[in-house]
Amino acid sequence: MNQALLSKSRLADFVSYLVSGHKVVAPVPLQEGRFKFDEVQSLADISLNYIPTILPPKKYFMPQRSTLLRYDLSKGQDMEEMVELEKLVLFGVHTCDLAGIQCLNIVFSDRPKDLHYLARNNFITVIGLECSDYCDSFAGCAMLHNHLPKGGYDLFLTELAECYYVHINTQKGEEMIEEASIFEAATKAAEGELERLRSRKKELFTSEVPIRYQDIPRLFEETFDSDVWSQLGEKCLSCGNCTSVCPTCFCFDILDEPELDLGSGERVRVWDSCQNEAFAAVAGGDNFRKKRLERQRHRFHRKFKYLMDRYGRLFCTGCGRCSRSCMAGINLKRTISALIEERG
Amino acid sequence: MEAETVSIENSGYRIKHGLLSRITPLTKQEKLLEIRLPEGEYLDHDPGQFVQVSVFGVGEAPISICSSPTRREAFEICVRQAGRVTTAIHKLCEGDVVGIRGPFGVGFPVLPLEGNDILLVAGGLGIAPLRSLINYIIDNRRDFGKVDILLGCRNPESMLFSSEIGHWQKRIDLNFCCSVDHAAPEWAGNVGVITALIPGVNLYPLKTFVMVCGPPVMYRYVVDELLKKGIPERQIFLSLERHMKCGLGKCGHCQIEDIYCCQDGPVFSYQKLKHIRGAI
Repeated sequence: MNQALLSKSRLADFVSYLVSGHKVVAPVPLQEGRFKFDEVQSLADISLNYIPTILPPKKYFMPQRSTLLRYDLSKGQDMEEMVELEKLVLFGVHTCDLAGIQCLNIVFSDRPKDLHYLARNNFITVIGLECSDYCDSFAGCAMLHNHLPKGGYDLFLTELAECYYVHINTQKGEEMIEEASIFEAATKAAEGELERLRSRKKELFTSEVPIRYQDIPRLFEETFDSDVWSQLGEKCLSCGNCTSVCPTCFCFDILDEPELDLGSGERVRVWDSCQNEAFAAVAGGDNFRKKRLERQRHRFHRKFKYLMDRYGRLFCTGCGRCSRSCMAGINLKRTISALIEERG
Repeated sequence: MEAETVSIENSGYRIKHGLLSRITPLTKQEKLLEIRLPEGEYLDHDPGQFVQVSVFGVGEAPISICSSPTRREAFEICVRQAGRVTTAIHKLCEGDVVGIRGPFGVGFPVLPLEGNDILLVAGGLGIAPLRSLINYIIDNRRDFGKVDILLGCRNPESMLFSSEIGHWQKRIDLNFCCSVDHAAPEWAGNVGVITALIPGVNLYPLKTFVMVCGPPVMYRYVVDELLKKGIPERQIFLSLERHMKCGLGKCGHCQIEDIYCCQDGPVFSYQKLKHIRGAI
């Protein structure tokens, strides 16, 4: 059985069940209509109706700082490879962020595999939550085909009038449903309601920019020398907000962090940003993306062309975070529209 | 349920101990380091590949391997003191240990060269990875046709491997030619940019493969001269300088368009690179 129903009155019980056996993280409210993923203790802590959190769930899969290995110089150049593991349940993940996790999985599963990432990934259970309407005007999920669920979760909840429709995608999800024993069998009526909700969504969510998914890489190929990039370069402050909040940006730096005795320490991986001026610099003094326009263009091309060439999918999920967080007002959908307009 | 730290095996970031068995100063800025892996392990690299050299507490730096894989008991790297990690490496003594990851990447094509003529063009520190290929060719000399080596450097004092180059010059099966940017009046060799040497090389374009390694600024000019000589684009190979931070095709620092230099390169044919904006 791959479907189940959860009565709305029992959702709090389901969260309590999860909390009783796991660390649970879910969207919680911050000030000014913003949200973040954080640990919760009950349904009351959770915002079920939320716009994309400031940081995506990426922070659990690939933390801002994670230890790769520990070294001890008292024993020569001795080291031990490490991974920090934490069993947790991610609750209430929207389809855009599920797509983001799938992108990261592809990158770190590609050979040579990144065992540090993959080991963490195995410890995380993902429970998705469907959006029935747009979160705000920054979203571009329909253009990127991410407004409907396409896997990447153990369980997926869709809110219907009286209950939640639950798609059970993995054995791990099935075992949770069994153990919680508050779920009911799916009914024909609920399935009909789900179908109606999905068809309504197809009308509601239409490509936010007049371009088809499969035509996007070519647009970027053909507008490499466009003036749009110089305009972006003039605006951009190189702060790196856009890459920090992006669910699919995975560039990193590797640093040694010695203890105060300098004799031992850790080699760690920390987030880095292709927007930083020194990102593509080499010791000889050359910098291969010195100009801001080159760095912004590189970011966009990574989302819409380079990684498509490499991994066969677009690396923008349409979540809108980069546009929401840009201090200079660089807007992803407006940028794509400008490229379309210029190309004609 | 706090986060726990557990050890894993076979991480891509695992280092091997590299014993510095011999350190030879080459110039004021560059040292040649001979490195041995534990229990005589063979590094098993291709000419043109690189290793990540690490000093715990300071960090890692990608350094090309400058010895030939035909010499199995140890390998060599040539380190210019340029940044934090290379400065720390320069302070080490014989008997000290560095961390080694790798070899990484795609080096110079060796097998397609067999039976063909080879032109090697090195600028400055670019002689280091090419030295790996040159010594490989010397050790398998009868498998290759005519071999020409062009070397450009700032001045005679900055020339690397000068005593070894003296031996190459004496060999009848290598043609060696050098040019310096500046020199004192007593310098008997050429003065000028390396590109000026290319027109004078006597070669059969269709059976010549060219391997180029040098500072980024050099490539455009060298490629133009080679194309003028009629060398096919697919027979010109360039080793790109980028900051290979992880070596595993992930961290993004060495990315150019959809390629990662650390895994897909650092050596690429001009036929491929000419389509990649920002590569040369």
